[in-house]
Amino acid sequence: MAAGVAAWLPFARAAAIGWMPVANCPMPLAPRDQSKRQDELIVLNVSGRRFQTWRTTLDRYPDTLLGSTEKEFFYNEETKEYFFDRDPDAFRSVLNFYRTGKLHYPRYECISAYDEELAFFGIIPEIIGDCCYEEYKDRKRENAERLMDDQEENKDVKLPNMNFRETMWRAFENPHTSTMALVFYYVTGFFIAISVITNVVETVPCGSTPNQKDVPCGERYTVAFFCMDTACVMIFTVEYLMRLFAAPSRYRFMRSVMSIIDVVAILPYYIGLVMTNNEDVSGAFVTLRVFRVFRIFKFSRHSQGLRILGYTLKSCASELGFLLFSLTMAIIIFATVMFYAEKGSSSSKFTSIPASFWYTIVTMTTLGYGDMVPKTIAGKIFGSICSLSGVLVIALPVPVIVSNFSRIYHQNQRADKRRAQKVQKARLSRIRIAKMGSSNAYLQSKRNGLFNELLYLTGSEGEELHRSKTTSLLESQHHHLLHCLEKTTAHEFVDEQMYEQNCTENPLQSFPSQSPSLSSHEGFTSTCCSRRSHKSIPLPNSSMSTTHTHMHSQGLQELSAIDIQCVEQPCHGTSRSSLNLNPNEKSQLNNRAQQITTAIISLPSPPPLTSDGVGHGPPNPPATISTTVSSNIVKVSAL
Amino acid sequence: MSSRRRRCKRQLIKFTQHIARLISGTLKSDNEDEELESTTERYQPENLEQLQSQTHFSRQELQLLYRGFKNECPSGVVNEDTFKNIYALFFPMGDSAKYAYFLFNAFDKDQNGSLSFEELVCDLSVLLRGTTEEKLNWAFNLYDINKDGHITKEEMFDTLKSIYDLMGKSIHPRLKDEAVRQHVRMFFQKMDINQDGVVTIDEFIDCCQKDENIMQSLKIFDNAV
Repeated sequence: MAAGVAAWLPFARAAAIGWMPVANCPMPLAPRDQSKRQDELIVLNVSGRRFQTWRTTLDRYPDTLLGSTEKEFFYNEETKEYFFDRDPDAFRSVLNFYRTGKLHYPRYECISAYDEELAFFGIIPEIIGDCCYEEYKDRKRENAERLMDDQEENKDVKLPNMNFRETMWRAFENPHTSTMALVFYYVTGFFIAISVITNVVETVPCGSTPNQKDVPCGERYTVAFFCMDTACVMIFTVEYLMRLFAAPSRYRFMRSVMSIIDVVAILPYYIGLVMTNNEDVSGAFVTLRVFRVFRIFKFSRHSQGLRILGYTLKSCASELGFLLFSLTMAIIIFATVMFYAEKGSSSSKFTSIPASFWYTIVTMTTLGYGDMVPKTIAGKIFGSICSLSGVLVIALPVPVIVSNFSRIYHQNQRADKRRAQKVQKARLSRIRIAKMGSSNAYLQSKRNGLFNELLYLTGSEGEELHRSKTTSLLESQHHHLLHCLEKTTAHEFVDEQMYEQNCTENPLQSFPSQSPSLSSHEGFTSTCCSRRSHKSIPLPNSSMSTTHTHMHSQGLQELSAIDIQCVEQPCHGTSRSSLNLNPNEKSQLNNRAQQITTAIISLPSPPPLTSDGVGHGPPNPPATISTTVSSNIVKVSAL
Repeated sequence: MSSRRRRCKRQLIKFTQHIARLISGTLKSDNEDEELESTTERYQPENLEQLQSQTHFSRQELQLLYRGFKNECPSGVVNEDTFKNIYALFFPMGDSAKYAYFLFNAFDKDQNGSLSFEELVCDLSVLLRGTTEEKLNWAFNLYDINKDGHITKEEMFDTLKSIYDLMGKSIHPRLKDEAVRQHVRMFFQKMDINQDGVVTIDEFIDCCQKDENIMQSLKIFDNAV
């Protein structure tokens, strides 16, 4: 429970007096504050620096170290203070959390030291306030990545028992592990270079035969170039197949970018082999040769910088997209304007809007070829505006890309935007779970609480109330408040799951009502509300799931039997009566159920909640309530 | 006609100012007309002796209450939003806005939109340490939304609906609309003696004093502080 709630609890409880006149049932008893001690000052000595606070301040968060009895372990008898051998600077934020309810992360603090302090004092970092949470998460992420980088450097340790395949894969991924790998690395690098140079030199015109124009070298020395190409492609194919064999997960390997580049690099050759004889597709064949230039991308396995550039572009995809989009918009706008401005002038090159696109692009990127020039005055004005805006639009996303590149270069990392989203979702779900936990805690403690109330009533007044470890006085008061609300509205809280269940089941089904073990609970039987709780204890001699319809009539009979029971017995209005039910009467109850057949569908009081699990039952019978009957019962029992 | 002209003139002046700023390149950040006046409402309560005489609390209890209150509301007053948030914390399962609104109006005797410590503590002393008649008076005040001395069926329905709303959706049995009206009918049946459709303060107090249950339950919070 948050600190704020603790201070307001007396007000909320007092305001609950407003529910009393409209409630039709008596309220549960309030938890008693057994040890009604005055609020006292506690001294917390943290490595010599003394902090003082009220005891109630610390009690606000009973599931932390300082709020629970765990701090008794640190109590120093002689000096009458709690001594903690921890960092006093970090303790300041911890104590402020108790005081204000908000946890802050001081910037000068080391992230792992702070985490340790929080873990020691039992505080989860997720409740760091929004003002400091971003900072905290950033620092934590940086730290984690740095640690992971350190770990990765030690990853090259050769494990024993690596089979041939794994060795090969390791050799491929990390050339420095063995000499063979290094040789292989350099050989493939060399052949990539050869292949690229071959492609380039092929097109250079070399030496002209006398009565012919310059022929490119490729056509002159066809055989030589073909042999070179074949050799390179064979090396690349062998390399690709070996990688494919060695990959731990072939499917994932085939989907990776590098393997796609490999495939694209060698495929044109094979396609060319297949299709050489057909003249029609020779044009397409020539196009395929273009793809041979992709071989240069194979260098990225050899160069760290190229990989980082690739990561940068990938991580800046949205900025690049924005750049492209804004440029396109501007191009279209200015092209349209220039076209209409230049329409008037004769012999204008601006024949159509798409034709003006070229002018706009050349002007905006400040190239200015000069093949298309505006001649009208309006055209010149708009042309100058166009070039000015081009500078702006292109200059805007560039610093983002640059800073991204430098960050990636320095940290060499994967896309972290995806991870940030996941962390946010995880945090929100954790906070939601904590919130739901409070309502679940209430349902949980309802079951426990009744035991306590029973003990309190029947047992000696002097006995220590057995309060479970997790329920502090504040929580029990809060739960009492919720219990009063239930009584006022004559409805009950259930878990969400049970609520779903009830929604799907047939609402007309009845269910077995109170069992004879009523006596073990506070006797609300004698007091009546207008609704019956469904959380009844299942009859010991019935199984809920199978005998639903059968139970229907029995249930009703039970109900009426208990009605009669209510009417007959002089009710004391409080709990004592039920406690006096003998076991004999209990079994009598059951027998009577079978004999009496009545038509009254009246709804007696709700049985108290069970302490052992929850009886899953279908919801109430529909609203065929005979209110007069119930009100009679009210009057009788309220003697 | 003149107001329109004035407005036009003002717009024109603003526009020329805007152009001038554009040309001279001044930054837009300091707009004089948008200066936020920090309304720091600070409120100090009366002194301890006076509060002690006005309420049934002891000195230590008042100290405890005020410390908690001041910690939560450093400015010394509670406004309606804070109240709503607090109740949302207490009843996370349901929607507490309407109930918090009614409660706020019940506490806020002088209807000035904020609760001071005195108002809270005086009502608290009535509710926890007062006579049953005072408590019933307070409850009547809560139900009587327009404070006219009568509780009509609509007012009761609104109040009850807000209380039911505190429960939220995951309740059993499932809440039907008819249930609240039923509850209202039962209440009126009990309280409205002369059957004139409204419940006055005397009818209310009479009926409640006759009902054992209610008398009993009014006492359960007596040790709340």
